[in-house]
Amino acid sequence: MTVKTPIYLDNNATTPVDPRVLETMLPYFKDQFGNAASHSHSFGWKAEAAVEAAREQVAALIGATPKEIIFTSGATESDNLAIKGVAEMRRDKGDHIITCATEHKAVLDTCAYLARHGCRVTFLPTDEYGLVTPEQVAEAITDKTILITIMVANNEIGTIHPVAEIAAVAKERGVLFHTDATQAYGKIPIDVEAMGIDLLSLSAHKIYGPKGIGALYVRRKGPRVRLAIQMHGGGHERGMRSGTLNVAGIVGLAAAADICGREMPAEARRLEALRDRLHQGITAGLDHVKLNGHPTRRLPNTLNLSFGYVEGESLMMKMSDVAVSSGSACTSASLEPSFVLRALGVSDELAHGSIRFSLGRFNTPEEVGYAIARVVESVNQLRELSPLYETAQEGAAGTTEGH
Amino acid sequence: MTYSDKVLDHFNNPRNIGSLDKSADDVGTGVVGAPECGDVMKLQIKVDDDGVITDAKFKTFGCGAAIAASSLATEWLKGRTVENAQELKNTALAEELALPPVKIHCSVLAEDAVKAAIADWKRKNGGSEAASSAEEAGEGSPDESSQRQVGLRLGRPGG
Repeated sequence: MTVKTPIYLDNNATTPVDPRVLETMLPYFKDQFGNAASHSHSFGWKAEAAVEAAREQVAALIGATPKEIIFTSGATESDNLAIKGVAEMRRDKGDHIITCATEHKAVLDTCAYLARHGCRVTFLPTDEYGLVTPEQVAEAITDKTILITIMVANNEIGTIHPVAEIAAVAKERGVLFHTDATQAYGKIPIDVEAMGIDLLSLSAHKIYGPKGIGALYVRRKGPRVRLAIQMHGGGHERGMRSGTLNVAGIVGLAAAADICGREMPAEARRLEALRDRLHQGITAGLDHVKLNGHPTRRLPNTLNLSFGYVEGESLMMKMSDVAVSSGSACTSASLEPSFVLRALGVSDELAHGSIRFSLGRFNTPEEVGYAIARVVESVNQLRELSPLYETAQEGAAGTTEGH
Repeated sequence: MTYSDKVLDHFNNPRNIGSLDKSADDVGTGVVGAPECGDVMKLQIKVDDDGVITDAKFKTFGCGAAIAASSLATEWLKGRTVENAQELKNTALAEELALPPVKIHCSVLAEDAVKAAIADWKRKNGGSEAASSAEEAGEGSPDESSQRQVGLRLGRPGG
């Protein structure tokens, strides 16, 4: 079995650009370099036509209409525009926002910013799998609530929230519903009409498109959502986001979305099988391994495991030819373990020993087989080194030390 | 995290992994850190009748720097007298391993583990008086010159 190393199993962080996507983008760096806002010549017209065709493709993947898509620099900007835009626009109607403890920092920090500027924010706790329920949301709504923002799927653990049910609660109470779909867009089916979503953030680089491009879906009918502008300037994107359009990026996002739309059912099944094989292979070779996140309501590509008695950074160092990420404090500047795992009630010790494997389009069964062997070998080596494992073994055996 | 070659060497080929009989009179055991903080070190020394450390073993749960620091510490301890070993400073370990600032606490933990192992041995072999003098040694005035001296002594003892 020959496997080219290093192996990339960190696709929730970012993905490589699909060669088909790159091919579609290339002309827009050279011959078709025009400014989509130039209405006086063919360079501009061609760029504009490419952007409008792209808008249709990006919208189609979530059942939206093209005019409801605002191109941005990525999901962080989309989250900022949606949350600050609503908070500012609806200030006369209320000042309360509901979100959840395991959201991405782009949502959490934006909400925290608004909390410092006079808004009230409810951060809903999750259950042990990382889920919030529609009932929790309903209970948190007050007559001052103006926005509910709950992600479709979590980036660290892959847990998929009951977004349609939560959106229904929001609609019933006349509250707008935003969702950060960065990890879900292109991986699982999303329909803004069927699910009752008013605002949705998405990004290209998680779905084999380029970095630096994303979009915000903004509902135009039932209700028409109005946002306070966050980026002032030339009035691009119907005034909602000024700045010369990133035409090549937009074309790339659309090509990436189009491929995901066509390949999603087969690809989701393939990834789920690979991921479950990875999980089973690891647990067949090791004891004291815990799954973080929901066992079934989970992105097909995501596997977050805690390895007892082992610290995550040293585990990543041991299996240095397998690229993953860890919830260990030692991998973060803050020296705090993953706040997402903490929110699930995972102990700090197990959070330190957590590894996120996120599979992608270019991973093969051979790579998964190789990763299983490396994980098992590395964890065993580190447990040999671990005083905690030694103590646990002594406790389990009921014997005294005999080295 | 990018580590120095020295850290990678100790991480990939840790010296002196293992355990000594913690109930033996000639063995001192130090366990420091906490699982919830992501670092636990167990460091043990075996001391002969002349007060010379003849063996040192460790086991560490923690990041690469913590494993490397404890590995280096055991290497440094072997062949030294207990009195000499008490002078080990975290700064010397950190310098030798070229630890980045966020990892300095790993070298502090290794120093604590050494001090705790020595204190345990002294408790077994000389009573609490000796143990308290170990505490004092740990708080000795770490002016720059003494740090440098200890740093220089980090090479293998006596060739």
